[in-house]
Amino acid sequence: MEHSKEVLLEIYRTMTRIRAFEEKGAELARTGKMHGTLHLYSGEEAIAAGVCSCLRETDRITSTHRGHGHCIAKGADVKRMMAEIFGKSTGYSKGKGGSMHIADISKGIIGANGIVGAGMPIAVGVAFAQKYQNEDNVTVAFFGDGATNRGTFHESVNLAAILNLPVVFVCENNHYGMSTAFAYHSKNKTVSQRAQAYDIPGVRVDGNDPVAVREAASEAIIRARAGEGPTLVECVTWRHHGHFLGDAGLYKSPEDEKYWRGHDPIPVFEKKLLEEGIAGQAEIEAVQAETNAEITEAVRFAEESSYPESSVIFEDLYEEIPADFFMR
Amino acid sequence: MAVMNLRQAIQNAMDIEMGRDPRVFIIGEDVGRNGCSFGQYNGLPDKYGDRRVVNAPISESVITGMGVGAAAAGLRPVVHHDFIDFLGCCFDEILNQAAKLRWMLGGQMLMPLTIDVFAGGGSASASQHSQSLEALFTHIPGIKVVTTSSPADAKGLLASAIRDDDPVMIIHNKGLLGMTGEVPEGEYLIPIGKANVVREGSDVTLVSYSRMVHECLGAADDLAKEGVSAEVIDLRSLVPLDKEAIFASLEKTGRLVIVHEAVGKSGFGAEVAAVVAEEALDLLDAPIRRVTALFSPVPYSAALESAYFPDKSKVISAVKSLGLVKQ
Repeated sequence: MEHSKEVLLEIYRTMTRIRAFEEKGAELARTGKMHGTLHLYSGEEAIAAGVCSCLRETDRITSTHRGHGHCIAKGADVKRMMAEIFGKSTGYSKGKGGSMHIADISKGIIGANGIVGAGMPIAVGVAFAQKYQNEDNVTVAFFGDGATNRGTFHESVNLAAILNLPVVFVCENNHYGMSTAFAYHSKNKTVSQRAQAYDIPGVRVDGNDPVAVREAASEAIIRARAGEGPTLVECVTWRHHGHFLGDAGLYKSPEDEKYWRGHDPIPVFEKKLLEEGIAGQAEIEAVQAETNAEITEAVRFAEESSYPESSVIFEDLYEEIPADFFMR
Repeated sequence: MAVMNLRQAIQNAMDIEMGRDPRVFIIGEDVGRNGCSFGQYNGLPDKYGDRRVVNAPISESVITGMGVGAAAAGLRPVVHHDFIDFLGCCFDEILNQAAKLRWMLGGQMLMPLTIDVFAGGGSASASQHSQSLEALFTHIPGIKVVTTSSPADAKGLLASAIRDDDPVMIIHNKGLLGMTGEVPEGEYLIPIGKANVVREGSDVTLVSYSRMVHECLGAADDLAKEGVSAEVIDLRSLVPLDKEAIFASLEKTGRLVIVHEAVGKSGFGAEVAAVVAEEALDLLDAPIRRVTALFSPVPYSAALESAYFPDKSKVISAVKSLGLVKQ
């Protein structure tokens, strides 16, 4: 598969944008400038960037509690994302959703989700609608290794398989479901081998290599678009932070941490771009400066935005506020 | 008007709604050509095909969750579960997804999802196939909950649920499956959020819904013979609740008896009682009474079922306890 300079640089830009967003979030939360729960995606950027580099704007994704990266890679506006996490009225959900409920339906982002494994049934329904309406769009369900032990994973893969739906199941195996190692909760050595149980293709790739991710995702997406049904793509990766910000990650062994930090997807990809002559040092630095500036601007936008009025609480609940909401 | 049973009324509503809107589809367990435990979709698989009548595996979570996704993507799914008791297997998809997704995402899309289920006992189906669990769902902001008490209501409320842009849970009662009645032909809609005064009266208001409406009507007949005039209100819609219909009736009667098949503790009758106590206490001339199932799992034996469920005689006793008739 060919990867043009433009595509590779765009992937790099997406990865750096995600990293800048996440690390700024960590900094703001630690210094008390932002409240709320954050599940950071740092270290896993190659997956969202690689997969979404194969998607059209009309394709859809469902995401997870660790969803900032997916939203950014699928084209969400970092200003409205940051404002949402700040709980401001200009956020995607008017401050009602926060970090775990960011979506941009116009970009095909059906939403992050606070319940582990809840995105997969929704993705199956979106893919069902795409097939039902004779679209050639596909849906990607992102989820972690922990979600593969929920019934929703098995029910979703099975239904997508029997209905031959255009959905790609992308498992981000970062080795830990909360604090517990995948191996502790699975007799299977890999997630991808579970595809055999449902007679669909399952592949396992280095989730820290955006080109490897892109190649695997592309093949799965082409199959889905061609009406050949779902694929399970396991991307092996490592999260730099804990399960949530504030989890020190004491369960990770120092050896593993050292190994994976040495395989941080961003410097590794940078090196590749430079060594293969795809980009020069000046271009790399320009991308970094630009994405950092975008995030600085997003924080400024969020800080300057107003908090929502309490009236938004009853907006979007029902099409009309029912009469029984009011006292006699 | 045509005379139909409840199954036929549901089939008729589905047929009309699927015929007029290609976005409407059904998904549920065993809804294929030779399946469906209640027969309410008979003929639809042949007419609309597997594409629009999706016979799903026994996978309540993905059935309900895919309905959420399909609704978010522009379709109008009818997710069917034979027994409300099974919704424990997909509670997350109702509680955390269908009810909240639109709100949590700031109203970026509609959630026109219909969850069609059967509840109720009286058929010796025991504890896991007989419950009335509507109150669990009326506690969740974001879903509408409606109940049906007749073939005509099943048709009109199901059609309205399908056309509603919010998630609607429509609860039929298995005890009424064989009930026949007159049903309007062609497109027929009953507004969600409006109660139905099924019998007018002046001495006591019997507020009920689903199968218990018929026990209340039987009680009202018997009470009339003793000179007591009972008004019977079928709430039809629990969320939203037609409070004005209850208050208007209490203006006349001053006495309230709430009757439902579900257990009483934290049941929907408690909500009705609380609303009346908070907003219309001045209308009451007597304490509120609730007539409900006993607070235990639903028993199997017919002898135990009759002790367990509310019925006409228990409604009459409750009315008499308000001092309307010499005991």
